[in-house]
Amino acid sequence: MGSLDFARGREVGRSLGRLEAAAKVDGTVEYIHNLRLPGMLHGRIHRSSIPHGRIVRIDTSAALAVAGVHAVVTADDVARLVPDPYYGPAFHDQPILATGKVRHVGEPVAVVLADNPHAAEEAADLVAVEYEPLEAVFDEVAAAAPDAPVLHDELRPAGMFTDLKHLAGRRDTNVALDARLRSGDVEQAFAEAEHVFEHTFRTGKVMHAAFEPMVTVAEPHAAGGLTIHTASQSPSFVRSEISRLLGWPENRVRVRTAFLGGGFGAKLYIKLEAMAAVCALLARRPVRIALSMDEQFYTITKHGATVRIKTGVARDGRMTARQVETFWNGGAYADIGPRVTQKSGFSAAGPYDIEHVALDNYAVYTNEPPAGALRGFGISQLVWAYERQADVIARTLGIDPLEFRRRNALRNGRPHATGTVVVGMEVDAVLDRLAEAMAWDKPFDRGTGTIRRGRGIGIGVKACVSPTTSTAAVHIYGDGSCAVHCSTVDMGQGSDTTMAQIAAEVLGIPTTDVRVVHPDTDVTPYDMATLGSRSTFHMGNAVRRAAEDARAQIERMAPGATSFRDAMLARFAMQAGTVVGFGSYAPSYQKPDPETGLSANITPFWMLGGAGAEVEVDTETGRITVTKLVNVADVGRAINPASVERQLTGAAIMQLGFTLFEEMVFSDGQVLNASLADYKIPGFLDVPRELTGTFVEAPHPEGPFGAKGVGETGIFSPSPAIANALYDATGVMLYDMPLTPERVLRAIREAGGRPLEQA
Amino acid sequence: MTKVTLNVNGETRTASVPPEMTLLRLLREEFGLTGAKLGCDVGDCGACTVIVDGKTVNSCLMLAPQADGRDVLTVEGLATMERLHPIQKAFEEKGSLQCGFCGPGVIMSAKALLDENPDPSVLEIRDALAGNLCRCTGYSKMIEAIQDVARGDNRQPVGESA
Repeated sequence: MGSLDFARGREVGRSLGRLEAAAKVDGTVEYIHNLRLPGMLHGRIHRSSIPHGRIVRIDTSAALAVAGVHAVVTADDVARLVPDPYYGPAFHDQPILATGKVRHVGEPVAVVLADNPHAAEEAADLVAVEYEPLEAVFDEVAAAAPDAPVLHDELRPAGMFTDLKHLAGRRDTNVALDARLRSGDVEQAFAEAEHVFEHTFRTGKVMHAAFEPMVTVAEPHAAGGLTIHTASQSPSFVRSEISRLLGWPENRVRVRTAFLGGGFGAKLYIKLEAMAAVCALLARRPVRIALSMDEQFYTITKHGATVRIKTGVARDGRMTARQVETFWNGGAYADIGPRVTQKSGFSAAGPYDIEHVALDNYAVYTNEPPAGALRGFGISQLVWAYERQADVIARTLGIDPLEFRRRNALRNGRPHATGTVVVGMEVDAVLDRLAEAMAWDKPFDRGTGTIRRGRGIGIGVKACVSPTTSTAAVHIYGDGSCAVHCSTVDMGQGSDTTMAQIAAEVLGIPTTDVRVVHPDTDVTPYDMATLGSRSTFHMGNAVRRAAEDARAQIERMAPGATSFRDAMLARFAMQAGTVVGFGSYAPSYQKPDPETGLSANITPFWMLGGAGAEVEVDTETGRITVTKLVNVADVGRAINPASVERQLTGAAIMQLGFTLFEEMVFSDGQVLNASLADYKIPGFLDVPRELTGTFVEAPHPEGPFGAKGVGETGIFSPSPAIANALYDATGVMLYDMPLTPERVLRAIREAGGRPLEQA
Repeated sequence: MTKVTLNVNGETRTASVPPEMTLLRLLREEFGLTGAKLGCDVGDCGACTVIVDGKTVNSCLMLAPQADGRDVLTVEGLATMERLHPIQKAFEEKGSLQCGFCGPGVIMSAKALLDENPDPSVLEIRDALAGNLCRCTGYSKMIEAIQDVARGDNRQPVGESA
């Protein structure tokens, strides 16, 4: 410790406003959406109209005849630059443009480049493609069957994830990954259990609907490099993958982002970047490709899932065995689906201490648009199943739902189903807070007549993705001011402010004096990506270390200085110089055993989220009104409490939409409701009268100042909480999301012995 | 090409535009006013909301020539160099925005509401802003901010909350 005597400890734990708040309210904040470059062409994608087929010929003549059209790019043009045009984080399976065949409706087949967006749009419709249709498969269970039509001739793991390597060369299957976990002996335990419960739950496909539609501007350089300006959550990955495709060293590709108008997992890995890069290199001009809202429905979705869950319960209400078989509808390209399958799959025992567990997960290719990460990475599909079933078990056994969860809670020091001993997960505290927020021990008005009221809870857990790396630099300039360089992308979650708070805490300066430099791979060091609620923990640790390094250098350089400014003057004799502190963080990890899925160290931290809901159900219309929605998270420690609460209430409303009405409707692979008019997301009128986001704190030993991630935690449990409240109100058991009025009414009428006719 | 002359944020602006150009693209691409956002481009999301002759308009649904001779107010017209508009200030202080992409549209709808009804109930706020969607926030901090402005404008010193 040097003699810098300014205080530490004033910045972390404060509810500071976000650094860019003024620029967001006055409309001047930077998004890639706003970027225009001189000489820029506009790219518009011509997309496949069929779900599966061979491309016989592509006629671009009519498109090329449109005034203002510069070129029409197809797979043949791509091949001139990129002989092996397949990309993806898990599998190299997705072509930059459809090559030989198409595998889903909406797959990019050609890109029209024009002087203006109108000409590009008009010409894109005039590209004529002749197909030879192939049999298609849409259902994830059917697609996993041995006789299903096969989408990809051969599996091609990307090599980034070692546990996918064994799949290389596998043929004639749509199962992109089968991940299993075996702990104990479920068969024996089921035989000995007092009760065995078995259900199948389903969730449909939903969409991120980030408000800044995906956009990339690629800019070629005369010297042979490329700058990619992109609304991406993973600039470091974009750089490495574009370099790989082009056969260039990474230092010729510069990837930069700005603030994102939402991400939620949609803007990860490669989306438009490869296409825009190739178009720009071919045209030798900057190319902007911006999706419309409807195109986003064909680009990336959340996985639909079929979850078969079987649970054995002892006489005292303790769960003794669980078997879960999950089929994940991955769509036509794997994207990060196999990671969703494995990383979420092993969590299907929930936050419960269950001795015998057998889990099987299948990532399945189908002829629907690709599925990837959506806020929660597969967790909410599983929580939907195990927390709905928990209420059925509790009700059947006559145990209060909260008490049932307490009785089965997985506590610190006990092994999770993977074998990892749990550290820093507070199930009891979350349940206590939930009970308090829901006034669970107070009498509850269950309504009368046609309006029935009910309440329900749920609790879910996620293991943060591992292993991943974050690096950061903290620069101290000649005047003593400071900047954090990191590749974490602020997409609305407030990471700039969080990182500034962490740096400020270490440096002993106000957060508002810290500037956060936005991701630019020429400038900011590597980060795996902004996903999976990993940034506060991983990048937070890297920033903390970088700030400590910078501070230590200053203290060594100018012992006795009382400010950074004085220290820099003492060393450089004028306003000059830069001190660069560096920090990196990568948690320890043990790869799961390929046969059993067991690992002594599966994750750096557990994310735990509980939710409670009160609903009114109109038994004549089936409409559910959520009157109260509570999200409770275990966050380790809140770096910025207000920001945490907003993540939790925002997630609650997003998941409310997925629970009550959001669902992509398909017909032969076509999305029938690809617009925000037909695919309704929650609006002002859907917000419950009472909406609460709250958290419990128990500092995590490895987290920066004890913090864990929270971006996804609020997504886990609102769905089962709402459905359990419906169950409480009406006794009606629904297995499929969303809980549309039609589904609810049909179930109510069926339960009452007066089923509605099928439409 | 069609010549359009309109008043934007108190200034007379003229442009020669193709007839199919929307007011949104005119503002963003010809006038460099990028506060209004192109979210859905078909009138579903409200991110492009501006005020035309005192009424909120989805500027992606109005053709530029339809705005000829009219008064257009965008988010850029609210703040001065010195200070934010009270609605902007309230949104800043409440932390009402997250990614911020919907913000300019929401703020313009709030402005039009408060101009017409300086003391709206929560229900009136929800109703007036039903055409502005947001994917991040859950809306409650926006409602609180608008209530704050209404209280500040109408009941100084602040009395009991409505």
